[in-house]
Order: sequence, then C-alpha cells, then structure tokens
Amino acid sequence: MMSKIELKDHQREIYFFRLRLFLSLGFVGLMLFILLLRFFYLQVIRHGHFETMAESNRIYVVPTVPNRGVITDRNGVVLARNYAGYTLEITPDKVADMQATIAEIGKLVEIKPKDLRRFKKLMSERRSLQTLPIRTRLSDEEVARFASQRYRFPGVEIKARLFREYPLTDVTSHLLGYIGRINQQEITQLEDDDNANNYLGSEYIGKTGIEQFYENDLHGVTGFEQVEVDAGGRAVRMLSHTAPQSGKNLTLTLDAKLQEIAMQAFGDYRGALVAIDPNNGEVLAFVSKPGYDPNLFIDGIDTENWEALNNSPDVPLNNRALRGQYPMGSTIKPYMALAALHYKSRSPSYSISDPGYYKLAGSSHQYRDWKAGGHGRVDMFKSIQVSCDTYYYGLATELGIDRMHDFLELFGFGKKTGIDMEGEVSGLLPSTAWKMKRYNQVWYPGDTVSAGIGQGYHLITPLQLAFATATLANDGVGFQPHLVKDIQGQEGEPRPATQAILNVKIAPDDLALVKRALVAVTQPGGTAVAANYGAPYSVAGKTGTAQVVSMKQGEKYDASKVSEYNRDHAWFIAYAPADKPRIAMAVLAENGGHGGGTAAPIARKVLDYYLLGKVPTPLKKADEKAAVQSD
Amino acid sequence: MNIRQLKQRFMLHLDPVLLSGLGALLLVSLIVLFSATDGNWWRIVGQLVNILVAFSALWIVANMPLHWLMRIALPLYLLGMILLIGVALFGDISHGARRWLNLGVAVIQPSELMKIAVPLMMAWYFEKHEATLTWRNHFIAAILLVMPVALIVRQPDLGTSILIAASGFYVLFLAGLSWRLMGALFVGALASAPFAWGMLHDYQRHRVMMLFDPSQDALGKGYHTIQGMIAVGSGGFFGKGYMNGTQTHLDFLPERSTDFIFAVFSEEFGFLGNLILLAIYIFIIGRGFIITANASTYFTRLMAGSITLTFFTYTFVNMGMVTGILPVVGVPLPLLSYGGTSMLTLMLGFGVLMSIHTHQRLVKT
Repeated sequence: MMSKIELKDHQREIYFFRLRLFLSLGFVGLMLFILLLRFFYLQVIRHGHFETMAESNRIYVVPTVPNRGVITDRNGVVLARNYAGYTLEITPDKVADMQATIAEIGKLVEIKPKDLRRFKKLMSERRSLQTLPIRTRLSDEEVARFASQRYRFPGVEIKARLFREYPLTDVTSHLLGYIGRINQQEITQLEDDDNANNYLGSEYIGKTGIEQFYENDLHGVTGFEQVEVDAGGRAVRMLSHTAPQSGKNLTLTLDAKLQEIAMQAFGDYRGALVAIDPNNGEVLAFVSKPGYDPNLFIDGIDTENWEALNNSPDVPLNNRALRGQYPMGSTIKPYMALAALHYKSRSPSYSISDPGYYKLAGSSHQYRDWKAGGHGRVDMFKSIQVSCDTYYYGLATELGIDRMHDFLELFGFGKKTGIDMEGEVSGLLPSTAWKMKRYNQVWYPGDTVSAGIGQGYHLITPLQLAFATATLANDGVGFQPHLVKDIQGQEGEPRPATQAILNVKIAPDDLALVKRALVAVTQPGGTAVAANYGAPYSVAGKTGTAQVVSMKQGEKYDASKVSEYNRDHAWFIAYAPADKPRIAMAVLAENGGHGGGTAAPIARKVLDYYLLGKVPTPLKKADEKAAVQSD
Repeated sequence: MNIRQLKQRFMLHLDPVLLSGLGALLLVSLIVLFSATDGNWWRIVGQLVNILVAFSALWIVANMPLHWLMRIALPLYLLGMILLIGVALFGDISHGARRWLNLGVAVIQPSELMKIAVPLMMAWYFEKHEATLTWRNHFIAAILLVMPVALIVRQPDLGTSILIAASGFYVLFLAGLSWRLMGALFVGALASAPFAWGMLHDYQRHRVMMLFDPSQDALGKGYHTIQGMIAVGSGGFFGKGYMNGTQTHLDFLPERSTDFIFAVFSEEFGFLGNLILLAIYIFIIGRGFIITANASTYFTRLMAGSITLTFFTYTFVNMGMVTGILPVVGVPLPLLSYGGTSMLTLMLGFGVLMSIHTHQRLVKT
C-alpha cells in the first residue's frame, strides 16, 4: 500500500517535472527565436545602415591641400611664392596645461615674446580642434631637438608645410594683399558658396588685394585620399587618391622694378601712384605709400605689430591708390578745357585778362588765383600751361555744375573703375541733383567757382585719375584698368578685363589743343618743368594742388605755418611719350605742397625707368650692394 | 586490453551525440579565434591546451558515479562559500573588482567554482528532502542560492552572479517552486528594483543605461555595444568572408577574442553563419533536454536541467549583449570565447551531464 502511493507520487512527480521541463523548453525556444529576429533585423533589414557605419569607421578621407599659385610680375619677377618649412603647432584641445607646455617647449625651441603674443591672439579666435602655430620657420636643428622629445608633448607636433612669402614686402603690399588663417566668417561664406569642401584641409585664404580677388584661381582644387584606418586612427593602407590641382599661377601686368622705383621715388612722402598702359589698361605700377610687411599677417599678426600699424598717423594699412579720396585740384583743368570745347562754351582763342582773382557778378568775394597779380592775358592753351585759376573760375560758372558733372563722368570720375581688387571706392562727382539729395540744399553759384579748379565737393581716387589720364592719352578710349595679365592655363586668351569701357567722343582739333598744352606744362614756362627737363622724350603733364584746409578770405597759405598733415596734397598727372603714349599715370604726394615741385619729380623717375631703363642712383647703389652680397 | 577495448573504455561514459555537438562548437571556436587574433597561432595553441584540460576534466567527471557527485555537493559548496568570504575579506583587486584570491600557489576565482557548486548543492538538498518537500525547503534552497550570489554581486561581477542566480533558479523551478511563490518573487523583484539599482556600481548602471541609448556615449561606455552591433549588422546575410571583417581586423571591436567573439563570427559569416551556429547550440541544448527528461533520480533531473538551461542562458546573454538587446555584462560565449576557466566550468557541467546519462544507462542494462 505504502509503496503504491510512493510509486504514484513518483509518477506524479515525473509528470510535474516534465511539465516544467516542457515549459523551460518553450522559454528557450522563445528566447532563441527573439535572438534570431534580432539577427535578422541587424543583418538583413538594417544591413545597409550598419555597412555604412562600418565603412565610415574604417575609411577616413584626408584632404590634400593644393599648392597656392605663384604670382609674378610681367617680367617673371616673383612677387608671391611658397617655400617649404617647419612649424611647431599646438592643438589646444589636446593640451591640458597650456602654460606649462609652452614653458617646456621653450626649453627646446626658442619662443619669442612676439610668438607668444601671436599665439595668444590666435587662441582667442580659434575653432575647435584647430592646430595653432606657436613657432614658424624652425631651423633643422630645432626640428631635430624637438623631435627627440616629442613623446613628452601630446597635442604638439611639427608640421612641414608650404608657406607664403612676399619677397618685396611693403613694395607690393597694397597690391598683392596677403593670405591669412581662415576665420569663422570666411567659413560661413565658403559654406554659403558651397565651396567649403574645397577648403577642408586649407588653413589660409586670400584676405585682401590680388590674393583675395583671385582666390579661386590661386587656391586650386583640393585633392582627397581615402585611407583605411584602424581604431587607433593609424592609416593602414590607401584606398583611393585624387591628386590636388595646384592653384593657377598669375602673371601681373605690374612691372616690379617700376613699382620699386616709384616707391623709392616718394622718398619720405606718403601718397599714391598708379601707372597704366593707356593702350590696353594694364596697370604698370600701383603704389600706396607707406606700405606694410604683408608677411606679418600670414600666421596672424601679433598685437604689438598690429597696433603699431593700426595707430600710425601715416595709416599704412590704408590703400590710398584704391581707397584714398582726394580733391582733384588743378588736374581737373584739361578736362574742363575739353568740356568748354565740347559744349562750345569757350573757343580756344577766347582769352581773359587775369587780375589775379575772380569775382562773381554782384558779389565782392574774391576767388584768388594761385599767382598773386595774375597771369595777364590767358587763353585756353596758356590756362593749362600756367594753370590759371581765374580762367577756370569763369569757365566753371559759364558751364554750370551739371554740365561739368556730365562731361567729367565720361572720363570715369565718380564711378569705380572696376579694377580687379576688392574695396574700390567711387569718389564723388557733385551735381545739383546730388547736393539736393545729399544735403537737401540748392547748389550755390559759389560752389561752382571753386569746383572749376577741382576744390570743393569733388573727390577722386588716384586710380580714377590715372585711368582718366590714360583715357585722355589714348584719345578718349579708356581700357579697363587691370592687374592680372595672364592666368596659368589661359595664357594668350584675351582677358575679359582687356576691353574699352570708356569712349569719349572728342573733336580731333580740340584734343590736339589740350594735348599740346599739356606738353607745354613740362616745358619751360609751364608749371612742371622738372618732369621733362633734359629728357629725350616728351611728356604731357598737369600739376595739381589739393587743399587739405581751406584758407580764410585774404589769408595767405604758408606751408611753414601749417602742420605737416594739413599741408596741401601735391598732384601730378602725366603720360609719355606725348605723341605716342606708352604710360599714363597719376601721382599723389600727400601734404607735398605744389605738384610741380614734389609730385612731378616722382613721375619723372618712373618715366625715365619705363621709357629709358634708367635706374635712379640711390636705388642703383642698393642693387649693386645686393648683387655683391648675393655673390 | 587491445586498442578497440581501450577505445570502448574511453567512450564508456561519454555521450557521442553531445560530444559531436561540443566538438563542432570547439572547431568553430578555433576557426573564429584565429581570425579574431589576426592569425595568432599561439592563441590557437593556448585554446587547444584549454580544451585538452577541460576535456580531461569532463572525462573524469563523466566517469564519476553519481553518488560521488552527491557526496561532494555539500563540501564543495561550503568550500566555495569560505573562499567567497575570503575574497570579500582578502581578495586581490584588479580592474576595480575584487574577484581573485591569492592562495600563495595560485590565484583562483572562487565564483567560477560556484557555477557548479550552487546547483549541485541545491539539487542535493532537494534530493535529500524529496519525500517531505514543502515551501520551507524551497525557502532554504533559495537562501543557499542568494548567499553566494549576493557575495558575487558585491565583488562586483554582474555576469557571473546572473549566471549562478539563473542556474539556481532553474533548480528551484524544476523542483516545483509554486507558481504563486514565483509570482510573489517576481513582484518582489520589481518592487526592489529601485533599491537594487542603488546597490549597483556606477559602471553597472552605465551599462544598463547604454542599452537604452548606446549612442549617448559612443566613445565611452556605449562603445562596446555600438561597435558590436556595427560588426554584426555590417556582416549582412552572407558575411564579409573569413578573415575579412573590417571591424575585427582594424581593431574596432573590443574584447574580440573573448566576450565579443560572436561579433567576429557574425561579421565574417553573416546571418547564414549565425543560423548554423545557433543550430549547433540548439543541438547541444536539445540533447541536454533529452538527457534531463530521461534522468532517473530527482537529483540528476534537477542537475541535468539546470546545467542545460544555464548553458542556454550563457549563450543567450552573450549573443543578446553583442547584438545590443542586453546590457554588456561580462559573459563569454560558451565554448567559443577564448579562456580556460569558463571552458573548464562548462566542460565540467557537460561531464556531469554525461555521467548522469551514462551511469543510469549502465544501471538500466
């Protein structure tokens, strides 16, 4: 009996056990089915997604930065080049204690206060994970010394890179501009232009001048290497390679030697000089003095140098040739004479008797001629030759400001020339409509009188005046002024820049008269004898003086009594040879007084070199010295 | 004794069916390990040694009569407990965990011993009280389970404690733990979850958190899970081919010869390979179920069932962890991952299983 119950229990027990085991089996089956579903989900449904992730895990795209195009002048003189060198760079995000690190580096590699200041400035404007140079141009010895201690400096590395260099420094500064490290604003701009990919590895971008205007040509196309990397980021092998396309080399219209001579010719004067080939608009010299050393800007300028440049009373960072706006002074006179002939307001033979001043009808106010007592009897020819103010006071009154405006506009005044540089300004060509719009005032007859000799509201840039001079030299046909002659790969192709953009219809006789008068200016009896004295070629020119401060009625201008920065600006425009012009220019010597005395001799040196190949003596000496040193 | 007899004696207590499943798995293990170690023969040799040692242990245990096993249950359990307490008091700390005990001659990890000792102890206990089983016995068995598990959680070693807890729970379940009590346990577990959460170490909590959103910390705690899932997913249906896994060979996969070896296999052999691998596991588990169902005594049934289900749990937890449905707990893939200790423990378990199967067969005939 007992054993029966036990047996029964035993069977019951086995039954219950097997039920439990069966349940377990179900549980196991269910769980394995879930696993199977999971495999299916990951490996079949989401396979594409994970494959992409695996690929992006292992494939790393490394941009290869193209070499920036080299810039040369028209004769092949290198103005902007690249040289290979080493920098010591820090990735601030990877360095815990920056000060200690820099102090330690300083024991191996010399770090000047200048480097530290620049580094600090870069730190303040850096992007995340960017590497910043603490030292540039390391010597081989310094490279070796640091390399042996590298392991001590995580986040600090030596980079071999190509550096930009401007060998002529301040001579070409305003013209070439410079490249600098790409900032946040430029990144945004590149992204907007859908060009950010091309700058993935680039650290520099053109900031001003030619470097900025021709950025797309100079930069080149970034190449890409697809590299397989392991989890540690080490490259295992290269998968594909697209070579970068180097930036295009630029050949400028500029004559570097001419530019240098022009720069030197200014001596201590500030100012600007723009020389153009009137036959095609090629800019031969583009001087803004003082210049600056563009090399300072490439890796970020240090605060001290920046403040020195920025706070100098000479404003070396201002591109005077492009952006300086000055009164025209007497350089307006040949254009006024042409306007008189154009509107048949005065005939060439019409003459006035110059008492040394001009009075408007019904007014006692005297507009004085620069020459006390006047020039006597003055016709149109003489008015230009001796720069008679009285003649033009009257002429302006007869023409009226609006006709002056319309005629001067034909020569490009009041408009940008469209030269291949950013930041050009348009000057100011006044009219009654302009004054009403600007000041809500009527135009007074008195405004017109002083406008006749280029004072008052008129403002021009040296570039505009050079362009107008070239247009006059080329008988009214003005070619687009431009700085780039050829872009590599497009040599010989007509540049879109080389086209006539001005065509002033002037009667040949009228033109001949004014041109003859301009030649007379540089002959004995003219105001700029220095421009042509003893030269084997003939020069057409015109002096000008732009007032910086106006004189009170009856007060006499005395340069010695006026502070240096308030003295008159000296203008000289010229083209030569007069009968078949090859060069036209405008010269501005700031606070230089009379155009004939300061500006004309500068022009003369430029002409002597360009037409005769004559190198001024001090420069020659410097050259010979350099030649000896290089030997 | 001639060779045939020798072979017969050798195979006497081994189960050829189970043995073929294990052999298949170990073969796969060597193949995958070779790829996971970038063709390192020394690791293959090492694993072969592990296999040899573990197999010897299996053979010895398989040849042990069942009453021997029952006799060592209590001493083994007590020894394990003493060692666990020893670890808690004097254990060596490595990688932030106190799991090892330096005995002077060797450094041992007592929690591994408990993987066998705990179910053995519980099965022995139930066998002993078979005739008069009440809920009180279940309660005492549960305490026998909770004590070592608690000690191991505190080491901390989440992976091992989960496996031991599971093996013990399976014994309780198969021993007929009442549904009502199980329900109460479940509710209790849920209720104490917040408290348990507080007990967990920071890194353990992180691992659980990462399960919900591994991308949250892709380079930190979520890295293992993400790279594992990428490896598995990018394998696709047919896999990238043997030795061609990019996640594996470019070092993206962490722990690829141990806990994450399944990701290596999955990447290179794809969904198809996974099906085959899973089939091998199912074959072994299935054989375990059959042996369990045919076991003649209460002790052997509980023991065989627990070993089989624990083996399944090992597999599921590892694969689930690699494919991102379970948090990353340090559980190797049974018999595939490199490592001598887990291999030894598992093979001991299979030795017990074979002993159960073959000894009762001998009894029957």
